[in-house]
Amino acid sequence: MSDNLNTNYALETRAVVKKYQADAGTIFAVNEVSLQVSAGEFVALVGPSGSGKTTMLSMLAALLKPSSGQILLDGKDLAGMNDAERVVMRREKIGFTFQANNLVPYLSAVENVELMLRLNNRLNKAGRLRARELLSRLGLSERLNNLPGQMSGGQQQRVAIARALIHNPSLVLADEPTASLDTERAYQVVETFAGLIHEQKRAGIMVTHDLRMCEYVDRVLQMQDGRLVQVYSTRAEILKLARGEKE
Amino acid sequence: MRHTFSVSSYLALKEIWRNRGRFLLVSLVIALITLLVLFIAALGEGLGNGNREYISKLEGELIVYQAKSDFLIAASRLGTDRVNEVRKVNGVADAGMIGTASATLILPGDAEPLKVALLGVEAGHVGEPPVVDGHQLTSDDGNEVIIDRNTAIRTDLAVGDELELRVTQGTEDAFFTLIIVGITDGEQYSLQPSIFVPFLTWDRVRPQSEAEINFADATANVIAVRLVDPNAAEEMQQKITDEVENVDVATLMEAIQSLPGYSAQQSTLNTQGGFTLFIGILVIGGFFQIQILQKISQIGVLKAIGTSNPIVAWASVIQIVAITIIGVAIGGLLTFLFSLSFPPTVPIVFNGTKSAIALAALLAIGPLGGLVSIRYAVRIEPLKALGLNS
Repeated sequence: MSDNLNTNYALETRAVVKKYQADAGTIFAVNEVSLQVSAGEFVALVGPSGSGKTTMLSMLAALLKPSSGQILLDGKDLAGMNDAERVVMRREKIGFTFQANNLVPYLSAVENVELMLRLNNRLNKAGRLRARELLSRLGLSERLNNLPGQMSGGQQQRVAIARALIHNPSLVLADEPTASLDTERAYQVVETFAGLIHEQKRAGIMVTHDLRMCEYVDRVLQMQDGRLVQVYSTRAEILKLARGEKE
Repeated sequence: MRHTFSVSSYLALKEIWRNRGRFLLVSLVIALITLLVLFIAALGEGLGNGNREYISKLEGELIVYQAKSDFLIAASRLGTDRVNEVRKVNGVADAGMIGTASATLILPGDAEPLKVALLGVEAGHVGEPPVVDGHQLTSDDGNEVIIDRNTAIRTDLAVGDELELRVTQGTEDAFFTLIIVGITDGEQYSLQPSIFVPFLTWDRVRPQSEAEINFADATANVIAVRLVDPNAAEEMQQKITDEVENVDVATLMEAIQSLPGYSAQQSTLNTQGGFTLFIGILVIGGFFQIQILQKISQIGVLKAIGTSNPIVAWASVIQIVAITIIGVAIGGLLTFLFSLSFPPTVPIVFNGTKSAIALAALLAIGPLGGLVSIRYAVRIEPLKALGLNS
């Protein structure tokens, strides 16, 4: 495992680059992106298709290695880790929700949440209780033993949120968590997500193309052509962006 | 390692339980393959047994044939003088003449006549089978007969009953009545139920050509030999060949392998069994490969949330092994139930060792068939599986 590096943030990236070789030459999917996210801060990563936000998310999730630069999570550089070390980081330090097909289909809602504790060898009586409480807080007390196929898309997303938080990760990532939901459910899911991130003091990053969902975040980072081009950090700026109001 | 195994087992068994219909179907396919393999093995054993049983149970180590008879019992002819010569060889504990022929048992009432192997043996010498009921033969020319248990079951004959034999001598049918003095256990010869008569009686009642009828000297087919030192078979084989004129000597194993059709029959059945196992590997491999293809995104999610490759691989292995064990268990049970319904005329014999080998091979086909899918599961990239590589 790599050594701890100095950082004041739960997550910090330093000049992260991801480039690919193509027939037309070198393509920079992510180009010199530096960002910081504190514990208890919920950040949205937005931008048009091809802007590099999904590649950035994949690198933050320790699923993809950057070509250069550093990704410091709790002071540990993901970029310098081998595959096995990155698997451990994903299991212990990162919570992840995806667009769809989030859950293991043959495990019930509570078993899906408990899975993270099981993988971390931390499943005990207290953990089981916490999984039930978390699902109940997410309005799923009646669905604890339902299989994913027996739940709606919104309910499944809420189970995925519980799974992403149950093992107390430092970083929680959400890839288009509202993509398959109607507007009302999408708002509910993001609001709940934001509430839990603030309450549990996690660093949260949500990739979304739906700017309306930015209403619940603390900061919006806008990417374009692989670069971080704008940061919205005041409440007024964020609400203006979320409501589609022109400057 | 313990934690890896615990999580793998949990995932594997949960998936099986929650999709039990689908997995049961695969287990049933494995059960059918098991049924087929075990029956082929039992048939091979039964047929082989029917062919070699009497020879393999001889309480001796060597068989003496006429020279250049290619170890074919029916082609070998040995006069009574030869048995005396063999008995004189130093190291030979006992030797007994054996004559083989076929005859027909005439059964009372409308019962279908039964073809039997008619074997002539010397009373009190190697070659005479031990009885489990009644007593051994008392003379070399009495009207006594020992019958095999298989013959007894098929004919309902018992010790003390009379038995009527029909053979062809010259151009006429000849009938002989003998008294059953003993029943021996499992002594089939040449795939026929067998009966054993004193050697000189055999020479009198066996099928004979016109020329043989008036031939005075009795002629055996082979001589069974028991040695003083059973471990000196190889050495004694050479010694008898050297000291007795015009004979070839085989060990019991060589004699069995030389039985007409024995080797060809066994290799055919072994090939069939092998092919059935091979088909099993393909079927199981195909099923698990399709299953892995169907759950690429699911494995992608598991890996993305930090499930290690060993857990993914072990989960696949445990699943395959569990399904195979269930299938083989069902197949074994079905085989047992079916075997109960077979009449004794069907040559099916479940030999412990052979069945255990077949079961071990069947248990191995699951993991073998699933190797490709396990490798595939381990190589799934979470980034691609989740569509995050765009």
